[in-house]
Amino acid sequence: MSRTLQNSDAARLAEVITSHEAPILEDWIKEMSGTTRRVDLIKDTELRTQCTQFLRLLRQGTESANLDMDSAAWKPIREFLGDISRSRARQGFTPTETATFVFSVKKPLFAILRERLGTDANALASELWTATELIDALGLYTAEVYLTTRTDIIRRQQEEMLELSTPVVKLWNGILALPIIGTLDSERTQVVMEVLLEAIVKTNSKVAIIDITGVPTVDTLVAQHLLKTVTAARLMGADCIISGVRPQIAQTIVHLGINLLDVTTKATLSDAFALALQRTGISLDSNTAKAKGA
Amino acid sequence: MEKIPILRMGDFLLVTIQVDMHDRLAMTLQEDLTNRISETGARGVLIDISSLEIVDSFIGRMLGNIAAMSRVLDAQTVVVGMQPAVAITLVELGMSLQGVRTALNVDAGIEALRESVDGPRAM
Repeated sequence: MSRTLQNSDAARLAEVITSHEAPILEDWIKEMSGTTRRVDLIKDTELRTQCTQFLRLLRQGTESANLDMDSAAWKPIREFLGDISRSRARQGFTPTETATFVFSVKKPLFAILRERLGTDANALASELWTATELIDALGLYTAEVYLTTRTDIIRRQQEEMLELSTPVVKLWNGILALPIIGTLDSERTQVVMEVLLEAIVKTNSKVAIIDITGVPTVDTLVAQHLLKTVTAARLMGADCIISGVRPQIAQTIVHLGINLLDVTTKATLSDAFALALQRTGISLDSNTAKAKGA
Repeated sequence: MEKIPILRMGDFLLVTIQVDMHDRLAMTLQEDLTNRISETGARGVLIDISSLEIVDSFIGRMLGNIAAMSRVLDAQTVVVGMQPAVAITLVELGMSLQGVRTALNVDAGIEALRESVDGPRAM
């Protein structure tokens, strides 16, 4: 289809929308109340405002006689649809419902076009095609915005989880514990390492216990990450003890041929804590524990 | 020429690295330090790198070399105050500085040196 033809189609579309705005609006709202209207989620007046706004912006877009969706003429309507998509996502609409809101304008619009161009089949076909292309692009845009919004939320949550999942606990003067829960990947190990080393400097701790009770599996990569953390702590002058090695994990480590000989490992956190106390030269008995702990 | 001062504290030598190390400076330090150890008969060397913020593999290797050389001259070496970023860099470079003793700060380093030097005598 040639460019000029498309442009004249767009101009006619703009003219049709201008002259028949009220009937299109009425039919559109009626159409929506049949299928996708969610009375529980959106008020009549609000829907009517949104529809009016959409028609007005659509007319502005088509008046520019430029059918490139990325151009400046279409910016207002894209922003408007972006807002609608975001607010509807919050209200609990599915992306299909939001897109259908845009798609459903086709029926009343096409009805008017058929009335106007009924005898001229060629013109009608090309006009319908232009309108379909336009409205499809706008509808898909709402779905795209919906997805982007969702992806942003997921990424933010991931970041939050990463921060939440690496608490460094001070067990005693000079003894830190770092319980790790969940799978260790490279990114997380980096965070774990940094957090632990910073805490070692800040609290002047001689011993750090890394508890891996909550780590579901240990493969060569995870073991390598652990060894790196232990080595880095040693370079700073702190001892690392790895605790919470479950029997299955001990078997896996040996089967994989991972060398953990240079690292002190303990079965439970309490064993590791006892060793840490011993290394820092603190002794506990039931009489002095209360006084010292206070 | 720039030089890193080597201070004597009783039986020990104290080296505080407060400038960015470049290769020539590292070589000079290595030479000066070995000379001072044999001159003074020091039993321990304490290298404080708490102000060192940038390392490369050469500096890492130099630290290891100094420790090995001191051992040959019968002096213990303790590296103290390594920054987290430096430790991570060295580990990522694959340098674990096996055979170099480390401590959190100068206090802990002196204590570790005393233990290893005086320990056998007390026994």
